[in-house]
Amino acid sequence: MTALAALIRRDIQIALRVGGGALIGVLFFLTVVVLMPFAIGPDLALLTRLGPAILWLGALLASLLTLDRLFMADHEDGSLDLIVMSRTPLELTCAAKALAHWLAAGLPLVVATPILGLLLNLDATSTAAVALTLLAGTPALTFTGMIGAALAVTLHRGGLLLAVLVLPLSIPVLIFGVAASQAAITGPLSFGTPFSILCALSLVSFVIGPFAAAASLRHGLD
Amino acid sequence: MRLSGRGVRCVRSGREVFSGLDFEASSGEAVAVTGPNGAGKTSLLRLIAGLLTMADGSIDLEGGEAELTLPEQAHYLGHRDALKPALSVMENLCFWRNFLGGAAFDAAESLAAVGLDHALRLPAAYLSAGQRRRLSIARLLAVRRPIWLLDEPTSALDAAGQSLFATLMNDHLSRGGLIVAATHTPLGLAARELRIGGTA
Amino acid sequence: MTLIDLANPTRFLTLTTRLLPWLAAVTAALLLIGLYQSAMAPDDYQQGATVKIMFIHVPNAWLSMFVWGVMSLAALGTLVWRHPLADVAAKAAAPIGAAFTFLALVTGSLWGRPMWGTYWEWDARLTSVLILFLMYLGLIALWRAVEDPSRAARAAAILTLVGAINLPIIKFSVDWWNTLHQSASVMRIGGPSLDRAFLIPLLVMAVAFSLLFVTLHLAAMRNEILRRRVRSLQMMQASQRAA
Repeated sequence: MTALAALIRRDIQIALRVGGGALIGVLFFLTVVVLMPFAIGPDLALLTRLGPAILWLGALLASLLTLDRLFMADHEDGSLDLIVMSRTPLELTCAAKALAHWLAAGLPLVVATPILGLLLNLDATSTAAVALTLLAGTPALTFTGMIGAALAVTLHRGGLLLAVLVLPLSIPVLIFGVAASQAAITGPLSFGTPFSILCALSLVSFVIGPFAAAASLRHGLD
Repeated sequence: MRLSGRGVRCVRSGREVFSGLDFEASSGEAVAVTGPNGAGKTSLLRLIAGLLTMADGSIDLEGGEAELTLPEQAHYLGHRDALKPALSVMENLCFWRNFLGGAAFDAAESLAAVGLDHALRLPAAYLSAGQRRRLSIARLLAVRRPIWLLDEPTSALDAAGQSLFATLMNDHLSRGGLIVAATHTPLGLAARELRIGGTA
Repeated sequence: MTLIDLANPTRFLTLTTRLLPWLAAVTAALLLIGLYQSAMAPDDYQQGATVKIMFIHVPNAWLSMFVWGVMSLAALGTLVWRHPLADVAAKAAAPIGAAFTFLALVTGSLWGRPMWGTYWEWDARLTSVLILFLMYLGLIALWRAVEDPSRAARAAAILTLVGAINLPIIKFSVDWWNTLHQSASVMRIGGPSLDRAFLIPLLVMAVAFSLLFVTLHLAAMRNEILRRRVRSLQMMQASQRAA
């Protein structure tokens, strides 16, 4: 098994075995979506209109919460030292960890979307649109969030700082994710344009995220 | 193969730990780094491992593989064991064997060599401190790298474990490997002493 | 135990000691001239006298981005060349940049009030500045969260560069978002192309504020260098006591 495949496999194994596994992120997603009607009111028309936004916000917060463990666990038990000394470039290692994190934490959110769409009175097309945009956009959230996770790795209780650092960088993804969903649902605007921009944002994050995270980890080891 | 350092200076958090340090180790040789707490034994090992940057001086490796950096040819056995409690003993070792890169050897045999073959499927969370240390040592056997950087390797090991490790270290030296170990206690092998920070 | 090598910062300190009084004087003079010219400028046909907030708002908005640029250069100095003054320059600039950004937000809000009827409307330009303000605050939080100054400098440098890359993306996204949700009554801050009577005071104020930044920045860098000296002296004292 190659080095990166071994790393992805290990991270997914740990994510699934520890702390409720993938389901805890989905549970949080569900909780946030359930909270919204209590704040907004049970007006179905309003909820339908706000549906994509609520789902996106829930997914954003859910992926943010799991991010701060991304490097922290490896740092605390000394694995990070060995990872830096391996023969795999650190940038690729970071990318692999982000991929594993997305598979274990981000993808379940996408899978949970149809059920949550029911709660928000979204019809099949709308739900499909939101799920598709989440599929394209949650990788960007993970890969961008990885930068904050790497910067905050040596800080105990760095979770809040991580959120503060990462959220402004996530705003473009949020804007285009919701815009694409809305375009598919109501749209005078075509779905394709914001969706392609969303995909482009993800692709850009695949490059910037690992490089910035690797640099942060190297500088943070001292 | 020769590992050497000239005029090495270490600064951590703005405080100078040591400066002007010279050292040398060749294939088949072991260097025992001694000194009081805080003198910089761990820092020296981390400098060689590339986990800390030097404020001054140089550390060079002659005779190693040309395309690889020094850290990529070294094992670092630090205070922490780099084990995941959620994974089994075998899974932990197989991961490092696959990930570190380099000549890989059979994981089960390495575990047997450190006396953990009865615990292959156990979650690493159930291991005692001494057993955890043995699992880390198994990593040194499962992936062969010429340089061993050991930080208090025998702490947490009982007498049997210590003599086992001494045997493993001697085997490594006789294969042409090189050891730099920070230690408070005698290692059980012939080693040159490198004293940092104050006299005995 | 030796003192940290402070040769470069020492030269910097002596140089700025001589330079700062002059800089401060020129800055004050330019600000006064600019303010006078702004007051003398004619009222806008549409917005009346409130358009003159522009003379403070626009330079502050420019500076909020310019300071991030300065910090990005300092970040490169830290990461690539490990220049000792780069860390200090970056750390000193962040709060000043945040202050300019905050001023841009406040003046923008005050300027918009007569037109919008509210103190805040999610206008594209001001929203981008708001996000920039959040990023400044996050950066300052990062500086303060990491105990070791040189490690903090490197972490902040990476965040600064990542932020610099993201700023155009964020600006583009916010513009898009705004056009999607634009209501009919939005009025653009900016108005028609600027008449010469407006342009000159604006440029004078821009230069004055830039000089203000330079003055404040150099002064803040001096403080930071002195602060680090105090820290190393304290650490030396601690280790002597322990010996």
